Amino acid sequence: MKIAVMVKQVADTAAKIQVLSDGSGMDYSGVQLVLNPYDEYAVEEAIKLKEASGGEVVIFNLGPDSADEALKTALAMGGDRAVVLRDPELGQADASVRAEILAAMIAREEFDIIFCGKQSVDSDTHQVGPAVAQKLGMPAATFITSFVLDGTSATVSREAEGVTETLEIGLPALFTCTKGLNEPRYPSLPGIMQAARKPKEVLSLADLGLTPAAKVKVHGLSSPPPRAEGRMLAGETNEKVSELVRLLRDEAHAV
Amino acid sequence: MNFHLSEEQSILREMVRDFARKEIEPIAALSDHEHRFPSETLKKAAALGLMGVTVPPEYGGSGMDFLSYILVLEEIAKSCASTAVVLSVHNTLGCGTIHKFGNEEQKKRWLPPAASGEALGAYLLTEPGAGSDAASLTCRAEKVEGGWKVTGSKAFITNAGYASFGILYARTDPQEKSRGISAFILDMNSEGVELGPEEAKMGLNASSTVMVNLEDVFIPEDCLLGEEGRGFSMALDMLNYGRIGIAAQALGMAEAALQESLKYSREREQFGKPIGKFQSIQDKLTTMHSDVEASRLLTYRAAVAASAGEKIIMPAATAKLFSSQAAVRCAEAAVQIHGGYGYSKEYKVERIFRDARVTEIYEGTSEVQRLVMARQLLDM
Repeated sequence: MKIAVMVKQVADTAAKIQVLSDGSGMDYSGVQLVLNPYDEYAVEEAIKLKEASGGEVVIFNLGPDSADEALKTALAMGGDRAVVLRDPELGQADASVRAEILAAMIAREEFDIIFCGKQSVDSDTHQVGPAVAQKLGMPAATFITSFVLDGTSATVSREAEGVTETLEIGLPALFTCTKGLNEPRYPSLPGIMQAARKPKEVLSLADLGLTPAAKVKVHGLSSPPPRAEGRMLAGETNEKVSELVRLLRDEAHAV
Repeated sequence: MNFHLSEEQSILREMVRDFARKEIEPIAALSDHEHRFPSETLKKAAALGLMGVTVPPEYGGSGMDFLSYILVLEEIAKSCASTAVVLSVHNTLGCGTIHKFGNEEQKKRWLPPAASGEALGAYLLTEPGAGSDAASLTCRAEKVEGGWKVTGSKAFITNAGYASFGILYARTDPQEKSRGISAFILDMNSEGVELGPEEAKMGLNASSTVMVNLEDVFIPEDCLLGEEGRGFSMALDMLNYGRIGIAAQALGMAEAALQESLKYSREREQFGKPIGKFQSIQDKLTTMHSDVEASRLLTYRAAVAASAGEKIIMPAATAKLFSSQAAVRCAEAAVQIHGGYGYSKEYKVERIFRDARVTEIYEGTSEVQRLVMARQLLDM
């Protein structure tokens, strides 16, 4: 069983992030960067699968040199080796460019299963996983919360609007992972020490023969408007209810 | 000068921060209240390699450097200072002494179970009548056929209630003072080892501190650690490392006191505004921040020296003296900022206030740190 896991480095969800003053991007200076939380479920599922049925877990990562820390966290959890593409120009790359490159990186070998997080918590597009599957011509199941391997296929549950779907998918296939799938392990200290010695293949766009063209141009970023302070209603319960209904109808136009 | 952590250190810190937040913080207040030793936490910590942080992999440890280990203690102390001291005594004074002074056979026998967390370590130096003046200890080890027979009392022994091995200091030559002391590895399950009741302490209530009485305890030949008569200089040497650990524990508490105070200063409103808007509160918060930053620099600097194998006596004593006092100042300020709530056990700062105080006392009081430092400064 050969398993690929795509991981991304993102800002810690607890960090306070600000837009650069010229609106060209986010200011990550001094911010703790971590492995994308949803990718932790992907790494954990791949390692569990390897522990149960043998095989190899290869971690794929696209990003600047500093992304090595997230990559090593995935290796410290139990990934066997890494394939990375380091290009500072790709920092702002859109989902289609990222997917094109990652698909080309993965296509150099044959994998039975590809796991990734359902989204990265920074750009939040949810697109890279399914787009990689499409480019590799394989099926994908998104937002999976359970995974059972069954010979040459997998049975998964996925969270859809109000229902849980159970699907059987022939392998090879790609799965995007979400909370509930498993409980990601902490990287152990010996794992952290071994991560530095695990093989890491570094690729360039030239190696892949790619000159990807962005389909999306970001014109600018701005912070969301600060949330207005809540309003407390006073008076007897029936007065408060009447006032609330009036506000919902006349001010919020919700009813 | 480079103030950046390595990738490994950064991943480690992130992992321990996460571990402490999820596994330790939620039970810390109750463990303190119920005086419950953190056995479950230690099992989880052991699985991650936290019971033998600096022990080399060939003896079953994680093989990380001393600064990495200091980051571990700092992060854990932010959530629970009791758990931090259990780890500190086990890692530095227990494993560390055997690693530094043990022969190959001793390292192979004692380190793997210690590093895997199967065996917890203690450090038996202090006696009822020998605290700061440790060289006056009277616990006697008499040479007998095949080993030694030890009789005496050891006081305030951290971990002793749960430890399976200890580093024991006893007098092998009553004619000499400091040169008459030798170090041994004591199997805590040996016949004649009697544990007293748990000390009723001001703080660190989730840690175990007991009196250990030794009566005709036989210690075999192969458990003498280092050379006979060299025990006291070994004890002092290991305490230098231990002090950096206590500095890290104090640093973690000071940081936690600051974080709690910042949160409370934003939320708590009096006179129609958050109390953080008042200069008298800002004055306390900024002093705490400066104390935390200075403690961190001194502690990391001492840890880097230890990692590099440099002489650490001065940086260790300086870090220990400053960080422990800073932790007490920060805890005091945190209680004051919280007002009546700070005096209540419902808020974490009350526990930090009680836990921080001992960092100025154990592994060398502040007065002893000054004694050590003055000797170095004056060279007399």
